[in-house]
Amino acid sequence: MPDALTVDRLQFAFTIIFHYLFPQLTMGLSLLLVVFKGLGLVRREQRFDEDARFLGRIFAINFAVGVVTGIPMEFQFGTNWSAFSAFAGGVVGQPLAMEGVFAFFLESSVLGLFLFGERRLGPLLHFGSALLLFFGSWLSGFFILATNAFLQHPVGHVAMPDGHLALSSLGALLGNPWLVWQFAHNMSAAAITGAFAVAALGAFYLLSGRHLAHGRDLLRAGVIVGLSFALFELFPSGDQQAQNVARFQPVALAAMEGLFHSKEGAALALIGQPDMATLELDNPIEVPKALSFLTYRRWGAEVRGLDSFPRDLWPDDVPLLYFAYHIMVGLGTAFIALMALAGLMLWRGRLERSRPLLWALLLALPFPYIATTAGWVTAELGRQPWLVYGLFRTSQGASPNVSSGNVVFTLLGFCGLYLLVGILYLFLVGREIARGPTLAL
Amino acid sequence: MAALWYVLLVSMLAGYLVLDGFDLGAGALHLFLGKNQSERQLLLRAIGPHWDGNEVWLIAAGGTLFFAFPAAYAAAFSGFYLPLTLVLWLLILRGIGVEFRGHLDDPLWQAFWDVIFSVASSLLAIVLGAALGNVLRGVPLDTHGHFFVPLWTDFRTGPAIGALDWYTVALALLAYAALAAHGARFLALRTEGALQARARRLGALFGWAVGPLTVFDLWATAHVRPDDAASFGRAPWALLGLGAALVGWIGGLALSARRRDGAAFLASALYLLGMFASVAIGIYPNLLPAPAGASGSLGIAATAAPEATLRAALTWWLVGMAIALVYVAATFRIFRAKVESGGEGY
Repeated sequence: MPDALTVDRLQFAFTIIFHYLFPQLTMGLSLLLVVFKGLGLVRREQRFDEDARFLGRIFAINFAVGVVTGIPMEFQFGTNWSAFSAFAGGVVGQPLAMEGVFAFFLESSVLGLFLFGERRLGPLLHFGSALLLFFGSWLSGFFILATNAFLQHPVGHVAMPDGHLALSSLGALLGNPWLVWQFAHNMSAAAITGAFAVAALGAFYLLSGRHLAHGRDLLRAGVIVGLSFALFELFPSGDQQAQNVARFQPVALAAMEGLFHSKEGAALALIGQPDMATLELDNPIEVPKALSFLTYRRWGAEVRGLDSFPRDLWPDDVPLLYFAYHIMVGLGTAFIALMALAGLMLWRGRLERSRPLLWALLLALPFPYIATTAGWVTAELGRQPWLVYGLFRTSQGASPNVSSGNVVFTLLGFCGLYLLVGILYLFLVGREIARGPTLAL
Repeated sequence: MAALWYVLLVSMLAGYLVLDGFDLGAGALHLFLGKNQSERQLLLRAIGPHWDGNEVWLIAAGGTLFFAFPAAYAAAFSGFYLPLTLVLWLLILRGIGVEFRGHLDDPLWQAFWDVIFSVASSLLAIVLGAALGNVLRGVPLDTHGHFFVPLWTDFRTGPAIGALDWYTVALALLAYAALAAHGARFLALRTEGALQARARRLGALFGWAVGPLTVFDLWATAHVRPDDAASFGRAPWALLGLGAALVGWIGGLALSARRRDGAAFLASALYLLGMFASVAIGIYPNLLPAPAGASGSLGIAATAAPEATLRAALTWWLVGMAIALVYVAATFRIFRAKVESGGEGY
């Protein structure tokens, strides 16, 4: 029987990973909805509005699941992590409450207008509702990331006499240096998920020979948006995010890279398995000196390895952290290659006839989800053993009054309920895809 | 500053009660009011533009409790671990019930989600009442300010305290009846013909039931917390809430009988606000009282975030909630017409 802390962590990991499958598409798709509504407005072609309506139907199902699986996240801070809530609630509660007050009220009001108000609003106002939906969902992302950025790199707080934290500067909290690049990196990842989904839909229709005109729209928009953000994901946002990790969490960087020993001119490991018994990387394939250059822009710079930190500061699961990071980076690189190829073929006017590439775009659909999940696992495991970096350990955070048996009960309940929700989601979205984009208003 | 935030928090919860209250009540009556699938679709269309925004009041209130009274948030949410997790599951089921139902035009599919939606709404109304009952009865706080209540023990109000006992169940029944009446009056406002007549009838039925249930629950509260009830009764301004509730109750019944549905809806809102204000005044200056005779109540001052934190939050909170009220007003205005089948909607 695992202790309550372990089950608390499992439940949080499971519910947050499942939850975030949906908002990433919500945020990404909201951008593409603006694109299609904008095209409809400028080009005055009915087809673009049909594209937007079609994506809107998928958006609605996706949004609903994102909302209902999101509520447990805010509640869980109190139910499962009460010691953490008492410690840091005065700080992290504020961006969470701001998300509700500024983003959720806006989204919930505008969503109905966007989904059911196309005729009532007219083209210009309906475009406006899509724009507000985009703004609201990205604002929501901002406040959540502000909360996470505080956990990664606490700023704007003071310690009270009772040891609990208080907010000293809201401006500092929302202007956290960690937050700027985390926001760019994460929102760009959401745009990639949305763009890949839309490109996959287009590729699917073209491959199956149905809805060709709509399929072309979806494919073109998906590839252009996908390529832009896949590049931005690596540079500058991914690079700068890694710089922040090197600056503020050097021990996490060492674990992510599988660098056990400090070294001048450290190599970048592409492949290899961390061996926690020998503290070496097994079967490594490395690029010499590349890690030093990427981290400090000097080939000979010294990069600190895990051995230069006390063991109780190491992230508590080095192999998982290492693999999550390498999966994220590997997939991100593959996305650039795929989208660059697709973009080239699109430019040459040959993408529609290139069936292998269309197949690749179709089958690429799940991988942005995997990359995003791996990215978040990297961020959250890299923060360990801290809940609030340098201030408060994860082991101190769980509710002392909630027994592990009760958490196992709720974890099993969430598993069952989310299995049901997941199956229903796939069924309904699959049905919308089968019905296609040409339904009348 | 802490007292001010108590008022702001209570006003958010009151907003939640009045707003989500009507769509929860409408959901509770969903199966009784809608006799066939097309009627049930109309009922969902009536609350369709509102329910999601109404639920945000709960999220925003939860966030406000989190940052304004972190220690109380931590104690209450972990102490009510099991009931709150049930609330989460019910919110999930209810949300997908509303949203998924209309995506498939199939009688079995829709019948399934109608039942899920209505049962989850009913249980949520009941849990909200029981939750208020738990706060009023008090919870057994230890010296660290922690507690943990099982779902039920022996259904007595002590010493072995459970979330459900005769007192909290009595409050749950009142909440069910009051929200059902509130929801029925909202639906009467948005529907026509046979559906409207049925909504008025059910509104009256549950409206009348609210009277004796309120009297019983007031007596029960005085029985469970005799000392507090005595001091409550001596503060004349505290009786204002109960007076407002009385006016709202009578007004709701009278106005609904005269088919003034909008006014009747406002009257049942007044009843809910009056009752909730009485509760808020009754437990002040505590957020989470200990049971009668026990010590260790979690007070506002002891659990509040520091002065500077609360002061900084005031600016954005006032701006944000003012905007939120504009959304509520705009949604009511844009969707003020009677719902009809066909066209856009759920």
